[in-house]
Amino acid sequence: MAAADYAIELRGISKNFGSVAANKNINLNLRRGEILALLGENGSGKTTLMNMLSGIYPPDSGSVFMDGKQVVINSPDDARRLGIGMVHQHFKLVDRFTAADNVWMGKKDSGFLLKKDRNKEIEAIAAEFGFELEPTKIVANMSVSEKQTLEIIKVLCYGAKIIILDEPTAVLTVQETKKLFDVCRKMKESGHSIIIITHKLNEVMEISDRVAVLRKGEYIDTVETDKVTKMKLTELMVGRKIELNIDRPHMEKTKPLLEVRDLCVDSDEGTTAVDNMSFYIRGGEILGVAGIAGSGQKELCEAVAGLRKIKSGKIVHKGRNLVGMNAKRISAAGIAMSFIPEDRLGMGLAPSLSVADNVILKDYSDTKGLMVDRKRARSQAESIVKMLNIATPSIDTPVRRLSGGNVQKVLLGREIKSDPDVLITAYPVRGLDINSSYTIYDIINEQKKKGVGVLFIGEDLDVMMALCDKIMVMCHGRLQGVVHANKVTKEELGLMMTGAVSLVNVKADSPAGIARDSAFTEEEWEEASDMSEGEDK
Amino acid sequence: MFEVITLFLFNIVIYSIPLLFATSGEIMVEKSGSLNLGVEGTMAVGAVAGYLIGCRCDSLLAGVLVSFIASALVGSIFCLFTITLQANQNVTGLTITTIGVAVYFFIGNALGPKWPAMRECERLVNSISAIEIPGLSKIPVIGKAFFSHNILVYLAVIIAVVIWLYFGKTTCGLRLRAIGENPGAADALGINIVRYKYLHIMAGSGIMGIGGLYMGLNMGGTFEGSNCWINGYGWIAIALVIFADWSTAKAIFGTFVFGFFNTLRVYNMPLATTFPKTLGWLSGIPAQFFSALPFIVTLIVLIVSSIRSRRHGSSNAPTAIGLNYYREDR
Repeated sequence: MAAADYAIELRGISKNFGSVAANKNINLNLRRGEILALLGENGSGKTTLMNMLSGIYPPDSGSVFMDGKQVVINSPDDARRLGIGMVHQHFKLVDRFTAADNVWMGKKDSGFLLKKDRNKEIEAIAAEFGFELEPTKIVANMSVSEKQTLEIIKVLCYGAKIIILDEPTAVLTVQETKKLFDVCRKMKESGHSIIIITHKLNEVMEISDRVAVLRKGEYIDTVETDKVTKMKLTELMVGRKIELNIDRPHMEKTKPLLEVRDLCVDSDEGTTAVDNMSFYIRGGEILGVAGIAGSGQKELCEAVAGLRKIKSGKIVHKGRNLVGMNAKRISAAGIAMSFIPEDRLGMGLAPSLSVADNVILKDYSDTKGLMVDRKRARSQAESIVKMLNIATPSIDTPVRRLSGGNVQKVLLGREIKSDPDVLITAYPVRGLDINSSYTIYDIINEQKKKGVGVLFIGEDLDVMMALCDKIMVMCHGRLQGVVHANKVTKEELGLMMTGAVSLVNVKADSPAGIARDSAFTEEEWEEASDMSEGEDK
Repeated sequence: MFEVITLFLFNIVIYSIPLLFATSGEIMVEKSGSLNLGVEGTMAVGAVAGYLIGCRCDSLLAGVLVSFIASALVGSIFCLFTITLQANQNVTGLTITTIGVAVYFFIGNALGPKWPAMRECERLVNSISAIEIPGLSKIPVIGKAFFSHNILVYLAVIIAVVIWLYFGKTTCGLRLRAIGENPGAADALGINIVRYKYLHIMAGSGIMGIGGLYMGLNMGGTFEGSNCWINGYGWIAIALVIFADWSTAKAIFGTFVFGFFNTLRVYNMPLATTFPKTLGWLSGIPAQFFSALPFIVTLIVLIVSSIRSRRHGSSNAPTAIGLNYYREDR
């Protein structure tokens, strides 16, 4: 193919952040009217590369050609003028503005005064591209999928011919993903060239014409999608063969360890985050929690761990009501939580403290006297490092210097070390590469084999269906049903996640989330709310 | 009796106008996503520069222009530090306050007896005499109180209204608000954030400067070695921004409330003697309490505003306020 046939061609692009090479000598080309998947693990430099195309960072070296002519992209403005539009993973929208104003503020010929009929104008433009847009809807009130659509409309509106989508499906349900892919195909038909960043192999196979693979900042290869298998792609991505199966060891189930009934919790903004949830976890099982991001998962975790005030409801652990206890007593009772927030360091660990100091954070007060028992902390830290194979120069290294996977192992390790019988783990593999993810799954399975009840809040439905015994689905803080992980399809989960299907009251005699062999009789449940009075706050 | 009420209302306006300048300016700055705590210092520099040049040229216009330019330059220092050099906004703002007030004292002390006296500048004094608005100023009681003021008073109200329209009705205003809400989003659209911020912060600072000049003229232009003309008004303005919920239209009324308490400090005696039955108790309160009143009210206003914004979920505070934006941040 001649160079002029490429919509865009990158030659020898490199980018360093300090001493870290994010991109090394990358060559990549995009044909006109194709969908190219950019595949790579986290930290392989996909987003960095695309940010250079959209003018967020200038490359350190290398050149970009469009239609055979060399171009220079130094700012987002340059990229826009060249017809490159990017839909970022974290949407670049002003939450407080309406949909129309979000588009309007970037329009070039919008004039000095805000036109009164700008809403209609934007609506019409969106309609031209085949989208329905509610122009006066405030972005803050939009669903994730609506926001994404708005971002795509924005990019099209500004005349982009090359469209980059950064992990567009990470936050979407199965159904929404399908809709997005239809949009992509339509854009392709109308002559747009699309780069879609992802690390989900299924989606690569479904949507792309070709796949370009990056690994650790280096360009590996570009292959035609229909001439390659998932196995082969994984190998390209990771650099060696890898087993893609997650174990689900079979365990004898015990009686319910943790039972939650009619739990209601408010969010920080004062809206209802968890709405009348009931569920239970047995020893030796992993209960997955599926739901669109922000459906109340965080508030649920925090409520159970005692970090958030409970509005109403009961949480019973081995016959004791935990409502009203503080986090320390709940943790002493045997409930451990590890939560990996979006920024991955925000919760649970102090980034500037060493591994050893982070390990003591949880039980420093168990030692008698005024001084902290450093010796015990060090030996504990060392055993965690050894047990979980954490790559750290020493246990005195500040946690923030470790890579993401190792940080997450420290957090999980500390929680396991306290020998919990209920382990709550939220997004434990967030942002981890395949290898580290599998290590984490193994650690969780180890706990399950020890008889621990695990509450696993996850993002990837494929993983949850392989790892969990049961999956409970949340939508807007409500329970949509609890299903056996090996008897459910992704589509069914997707429908439940959007609230289209509810399986809560399918069986009249046993509503979902209520254990028949509960540790309490119904009368005791009635009384349970009184029991907690007089407990500390 | 009515004269007292008119006089009282008249003085409320007088005392609220410098706050309106400062609050409007600070709203302009904060809408761009920057929190400038240097209002006090910015006003002090504008006041002293505007006054000296105004007297020198014997021209109000020159004074206003110079105070605007001088304070805009102070604003550009804030921009240089926080936008170009990415320094902490709070520290930079506090430094500007310290330095700005020091500049006032430095120049005042250095000039000593050469400090110009306002009464010798005839044209300047004439141009700040009251302008009666035809018709409206004839309304009994409130006509003289609200529609018979010097030109700077009207200017302050006009500026507040213009800024309000600018934010709500123009594309530039929309883009500026976008920068204050989510600079990353604005940047991705190719909006020149640096230029927008520099221009608006400098303009906002300039407006504060006119407020400073107004205060100086109001005090008769005499340099006092112990007290800066601005006398804490810059700080009140920062609180007023919150009270006005980042709207210059609401600021017009917000500043009026503060003007009221300030007037009370000066006019509590006439009130007490004119209305001995209802307001006689005012004379029993020590003068120091009235001096402290605006600051006490500031404190109460901040508490009430915080509770209010907590209740209603969110205020109109720009989301990215106080955060420096760096495109290549990861």
